[in-house]
Amino acid sequence: MGRDEFLFLLLGLKWTVALSAIGFVSGCLAGLAIALLRTSGIRPVERATAGYIALFQGTPLLMQLFVVYYGLALIGIKMDAWAAVAVGLTLHASAYLGEIWRGGIEAVPRGQTEASKALALSYASRMKDVILPQALRISLPATIGFLVQLIKGTSLASIVGFTELTRAGNIISNQIFQPLTVFGIVGMLYFIMCCPLTIYGAYLERKFAASAR
Amino acid sequence: MNYTLDFTPVVEGLPSLLTACLGTFALAICGMLLATVIGIGGVVLRQSKIAPLRWLIISFVELIRNTPFLVQIFFIYFALPLTGIRLDPTPTAIIALGINGGAYAIEIIRGGVQSIPKGQMEAGLALGLHKGQVFRLIILKPALKAIFPSLTSQFVLLTLTTSIASAISAYELTSVSQRIESDSFRSFEVYFTVTIFYLVISWLMMRLFALFSARYFAYPVK
Amino acid sequence: MNDISTTVDSTHPMISMSGVEKWYGAFQALRNINISVEKGEKIVLCGPSGSGKSTLIRCINHLESYQKGVIRVGGIVLGHQAKTIDAVRREVGMVFQQFNLFPHLTVLENCMLAPLRALRLGKEEAEARARQLLERVKIAEQADKYPAQLSGGQQQRVAIARALCMRPQVMLFDEPTSALDPEMVKEVLDTMIGLAEEGMTMICVTHEMGFARQVADRVIFMATGAIVEEAPPAEFFSNPKHERTRKFLGEILGH
Repeated sequence: MGRDEFLFLLLGLKWTVALSAIGFVSGCLAGLAIALLRTSGIRPVERATAGYIALFQGTPLLMQLFVVYYGLALIGIKMDAWAAVAVGLTLHASAYLGEIWRGGIEAVPRGQTEASKALALSYASRMKDVILPQALRISLPATIGFLVQLIKGTSLASIVGFTELTRAGNIISNQIFQPLTVFGIVGMLYFIMCCPLTIYGAYLERKFAASAR
Repeated sequence: MNYTLDFTPVVEGLPSLLTACLGTFALAICGMLLATVIGIGGVVLRQSKIAPLRWLIISFVELIRNTPFLVQIFFIYFALPLTGIRLDPTPTAIIALGINGGAYAIEIIRGGVQSIPKGQMEAGLALGLHKGQVFRLIILKPALKAIFPSLTSQFVLLTLTTSIASAISAYELTSVSQRIESDSFRSFEVYFTVTIFYLVISWLMMRLFALFSARYFAYPVK
Repeated sequence: MNDISTTVDSTHPMISMSGVEKWYGAFQALRNINISVEKGEKIVLCGPSGSGKSTLIRCINHLESYQKGVIRVGGIVLGHQAKTIDAVRREVGMVFQQFNLFPHLTVLENCMLAPLRALRLGKEEAEARARQLLERVKIAEQADKYPAQLSGGQQQRVAIARALCMRPQVMLFDEPTSALDPEMVKEVLDTMIGLAEEGMTMICVTHEMGFARQVADRVIFMATGAIVEEAPPAEFFSNPKHERTRKFLGEILGH
């Protein structure tokens, strides 16, 4: 494999990073909303968000990308493949992160809510100043774990036809007929992105477990 | 915005879609069985006295967990023929799913084994059982019970991952739906319906695991 | 020639430890331990926590390894080879502070497991033996229950039956009543007294001094990994020789 082929892979890598970043950031924002709705105490809202989460956790990401891609076109929104994938990843991430953070919010001791109420804090302040800082901290290892899952998930954009790292690998592999070399390198590039995150997540988990004792 | 939904191709394709659901089921179950074998075997090797064996397992787990399944399945698809093993896409997909799920299973089951009090091992040894017997007869079942919820969600995820096996044209739901889609151009209708099918499949899978758990792990704990 | 004897020989003491030393890294857990226990003898081991008494009996069935000295069980030299360790473990039963019953097996299955797998008995024989010993610890009617469904005292009696199912020559008790609620201590002690009366060789780590007075042939007092004093119970309680023994007895007997 020559220099040009490798540069082409790096170009794909750039899009993988971009997709992951967009999916994660917008997924975090939407996921926060999902988590808050899921713990709002309003029964129908809680049920609806639980259904939303179950839908995304019970179906393959690939199908979610297909449905969003063709569904958006159907309602008249013309989008590039990458934008459609970004929307799909955002929805996917919002459901998973929403569920992770719901767990975090519920893991904060009840007394924290009661104390905040007794101090006459508003809902917004109670969440922003008391509950969420603790909940997000508890959920940090799981959140990082999901980020790794999301980065790996962006590879499915290649099946929808968007040229990120994996599809770049496919293209090069078809050109130079060295699939093992190409996919070996592609795998390594993913590994270099994900492994530090995994290690960091495991480190946090150990640290939290130790401090909980 | 004058699109009218037309599910006719979906209805016509229903028999092949439903049969393909069985393909997905079979792929998932075989993948899980292989993953369980790899998981248990990996845990045993992971605790081996021989350091290189432990490192091998640790590297395997991290390599698999930090790369996408799509890249793994491509790699295995192209690598297997070079080792002289010629397999159809579907068995290839089972191997890929087993390897992928196995790496996660090793970590999950290891957590379970570590959660078993040391006294259980000691009581087994004091009764004259060998280490292997103690692991098999005393540690394994309570360890699996302890981590069964995590294992269930990991295996539901494995079930959903089977859809990626369509990339090498294994026989399962997604590849069959892609064929119907490309014949009919009713993309949204096909994929929407198939998404519902997957929802049902993962729900059934969870029920299956709950039933298994209720039968196999029925003993009471404090 | 087979130089490792793996059968019990009645010409030797049941258990002998000579010059046994054990370290955890730089910390010395056992110092020059010398003990000889004849067949049918009952020994009570006591001492403050961290004195090494549990470590000592756990060396006898090699749950702990040791660095120096020789341990013989019925003439078998407990080497570090798997073969002699297995042979010794088949002859030595152990009862733990935390019972350590297997939660996924019924009471009966707990008792049958080792006879089936370690002694390779037939199923019928193992079951008959298990039922007979459950009868003896007065818990036969609970045979099909799981450990979590029993009280602590019942669990410990099952653990005793489970160990007896191997027909051991020696029984080791590692603080068998320390994890029990007070009202359950007696049922376990009564079981142990019964066993002693039938002539079982026993080494008990316990703070139950009433039990020691009633049952023990000798009481051994340990501190900081060494044996400090060794005497028949009457002498041990009425006329302790060492200051540390007196201090310990003062604390434990509450005067």
